Amino acid sequence: MTLRAITSIRLGRYGPFAVAGAVFVALLFAFVFIKGGYLLTVMQLAMIYGVFCVGLNFFMGYTGQASFGQNAFAALGGYGTAILCVQYGWEPLLALVVSMAISGVAAVLVGYPTLRLRGHYLAMATFALGLITYDISVQWQSVTQGYMGYSGIPPLGIGPFTVEDERAKLVVLMVILLIGVWISGRLRNSRFGRALRAISTSELGAAALGIRISRYKLAAFVIAAVYASAAGSLFAHVVGFISPEVFGLQMVVVTFTMLYVGGVGTVLGPALGAIIASLLPEIVRSTGRFQDIAYALVLLLMLIYVPKGLSGLASIGKKPAAAPGKEG
Amino acid sequence: MALLSARSLTKRFEGLVANNEIDLDVPEGSLFAVIGPNGAGKTTFFNMLSGFLHPTAGTIAFDGKDVTDVTQDKIAAMGLIRTFQLVQMFQGMSAAENVEVGFHLKTRGGVGAALVRPPWLRRQEEELRAKARELLAFVGLRAQADMNAELLPYGQQRLLEVARAMAAQPRLLLLDEPAAGLNAHETDALAEVIQHINQRGVTVLLIEHDVGLVTRIAHRIAVLDFGCKIAEGTPDEIKQHPDVIAAYLGAEAANA
Repeated sequence: MTLRAITSIRLGRYGPFAVAGAVFVALLFAFVFIKGGYLLTVMQLAMIYGVFCVGLNFFMGYTGQASFGQNAFAALGGYGTAILCVQYGWEPLLALVVSMAISGVAAVLVGYPTLRLRGHYLAMATFALGLITYDISVQWQSVTQGYMGYSGIPPLGIGPFTVEDERAKLVVLMVILLIGVWISGRLRNSRFGRALRAISTSELGAAALGIRISRYKLAAFVIAAVYASAAGSLFAHVVGFISPEVFGLQMVVVTFTMLYVGGVGTVLGPALGAIIASLLPEIVRSTGRFQDIAYALVLLLMLIYVPKGLSGLASIGKKPAAAPGKEG
Repeated sequence: MALLSARSLTKRFEGLVANNEIDLDVPEGSLFAVIGPNGAGKTTFFNMLSGFLHPTAGTIAFDGKDVTDVTQDKIAAMGLIRTFQLVQMFQGMSAAENVEVGFHLKTRGGVGAALVRPPWLRRQEEELRAKARELLAFVGLRAQADMNAELLPYGQQRLLEVARAMAAQPRLLLLDEPAAGLNAHETDALAEVIQHINQRGVTVLLIEHDVGLVTRIAHRIAVLDFGCKIAEGTPDEIKQHPDVIAAYLGAEAANA
């Protein structure tokens, strides 16, 4: 097979927009690596938000349920990591994993009663969950140190190896995000993922086929919580400081924006959205005091003209699905 | 022996009696139909049989076991699979994927298996893809397998819902007004599919408004009117039953 044939097959599968998108992201990373400095921090945070969004996508995208409170689990992860490392001197990696487990258990306990609610009621209940967690992190000073938060949280590492270089941190976060996306893709195209996606548009139809709705919703909620917890822990390790504000309402708004800009319910969308929505403020910064307006304007235009998110562009120009009988 | 038996099944909504002491026995292997004018209580009856509503009084037995208060997903797991009067498509999924969801009860594997993808899972997925396409071909939707399910014409969505239900390998298939909204040509195609399903050994219980379709394909028919069963018999008996004629003519006179 000639090289041309190979590339044309690949392009046929992914479409010009998808290829252009991949090239763009690769160039972007190369640019950030060479330039360094402040942009490195922006991209590090984008990766962390990406992990959060990929998780949230299980619940809001695949399963079609609203949660305005997944930041509660990011707080749990962040504080879990901070307390275990700073107070008890745990290994960062161990603290991260244990925090994820704690968040998973907490999500089961909270989700079991809450997920009986639907639509707007579920949105309100989860919203309350985020607010309650915020209040606890402010008020329970003996554990959380209130508004002061925690500083001096050690960087990620295993044993004697720690990741302290900013570029190395970004690479580690990229790898973690890619693993998160890979898991999301595997689960989406499975019996489990099909059940979630069935629930998202017809609970009646899913129940009639024997799918246990409440169980699958809870599973998606717990997965989202575990991802959120990981994101919270990663933030703590990478920035070295956390406070209640980090996991506040701002986080809810920002991650929602990312999810919808990137494409809710798709595999790559949440990660893509996190990158784009993190860079956008840097791009519009040149407009000076109009930067908030410019930011909002760009988001509005995206939601109007690319309502399915940027990852929806990837299918444009793709060859239609293979004709029946000769798909390969 | 009756595969499904309802005894004195009653449903009251506040003061309204939607179903009043209905007795019904659906023999194994039969193609049974429940007909009645609009508002006769057919769908309420159906929702109780499939566990979507719980009866006020009376009992339901499936395959000799009491299922009166069993939830819908457990009833489905026992082999009683239903379709809906308003098609419940899984949107954003292709026709083939919709049918693949139908295999949920007959396949296994959760989060762990999906991540690891052991050999048995890959085999299962391959088989499931092939079987989904077979089922689509069975209902005449071979060419639509990769199309977005929600973009299919209404008649094809109905057939797709039947194929999806068949994926769950039901012992009893409940079809809630499958011909509603279909043209004559589509109704014929559907009638043929229903008969083929029954010939494959699946017991079918059909709720229909369209008397013509039912008398053509059903072995036995029960008639509901104002929440009560007013007649039961073979299609020929039903066509000549004075109460049935009165119920339908009465309904038409009321509509005029």
